[in-house]
Amino acid sequence: MAKLTRLLAWLCLAFVVGTASANEAAPASADPVLEARMLHITAELRCLVCQNQTIADSHADLAIDLRQQVREMLQKGQTDQQILDYMTARYGDFVLYRPPVKSTTLLLWVGPGVMLVAGLVMLVLILRRRSRMPADKFDAEPDEEAVGKP
Amino acid sequence: MKYLRFLVPLIVFFGLVGFLFKGLFLDPKEVPSPLINKPAPAFSLALLDKPDTTFKRDDMLGKVWLLNVFASWCVACREEHPLLVEFSKSKMLPIYGLNYKDERMAGMKWLATFGNPYDASLFDHDGRVGIDYGVYGVPESFLIDAKGVIRYKQIGPFTVEAIETKLIPLVQQLKKEAGNG
Repeated sequence: MAKLTRLLAWLCLAFVVGTASANEAAPASADPVLEARMLHITAELRCLVCQNQTIADSHADLAIDLRQQVREMLQKGQTDQQILDYMTARYGDFVLYRPPVKSTTLLLWVGPGVMLVAGLVMLVLILRRRSRMPADKFDAEPDEEAVGKP
Repeated sequence: MKYLRFLVPLIVFFGLVGFLFKGLFLDPKEVPSPLINKPAPAFSLALLDKPDTTFKRDDMLGKVWLLNVFASWCVACREEHPLLVEFSKSKMLPIYGLNYKDERMAGMKWLATFGNPYDASLFDHDGRVGIDYGVYGVPESFLIDAKGVIRYKQIGPFTVEAIETKLIPLVQQLKKEAGNG
């Protein structure tokens, strides 16, 4: 009986997953290779209307227009770099999810690394200092012990 | 040496507070346009009310002018529009409308209802010119100088303050530049 229930559950799941993928929007361009390249490029671009989505994901009108724009540029044989340049010329580096390394974006790029190294240095310094301390320093203080007891 | 152990976290803490405090006053929706101080992208569009008349960017060379992006479906434009109508009465500079991704009838009806501050409106039905100008939220306005260079962009609706403290002084400055040049 349990086996049958599990089988039914799996069938339901398979059905749900099947219909979900069937509901995906049909690609607007007949060429699947071009469509894949378009999605690859637009996944690198931020949608300015809903800023935490990529242009590939967004349903905003502007994103739909820009996807069409990218399709047309690809059909004309433009390279990925030319398309990214086209977008940054209009919307600035902000549209790129991976902004170029420049003096203004340097902190953005190296900041997390600097913080990580600083944290590691602190950790090593503290551990080394502790390793030099005599063992009795790690015993609980008398009054702390008293608090811990009922 | 002992006080350093309290001082360092305190400094880091206040540094963080400083950044977060500054962040309260930043608007992430306002993305600085890379087009400032660059030539305005060329376009050639039909007028909203006269489909047979085309209007080009170069028609405006030699003049300081304002390009205001609007649409009948844009809610924030209604907020801005009375200010533009009022400002246009000063005849300070030519104002052109860019009717962005709109229908001809809807755009004309909208102007008839809310007033028409524009010398003319250009009809950008498919939004291509909008893309060239990096328009991502309507309304937006571009102040273009006599050489056809974009000098200022207002993102979102104009306010009385923005018109008085930014737009008007800049228009006066640009007109002076044009007069000397």
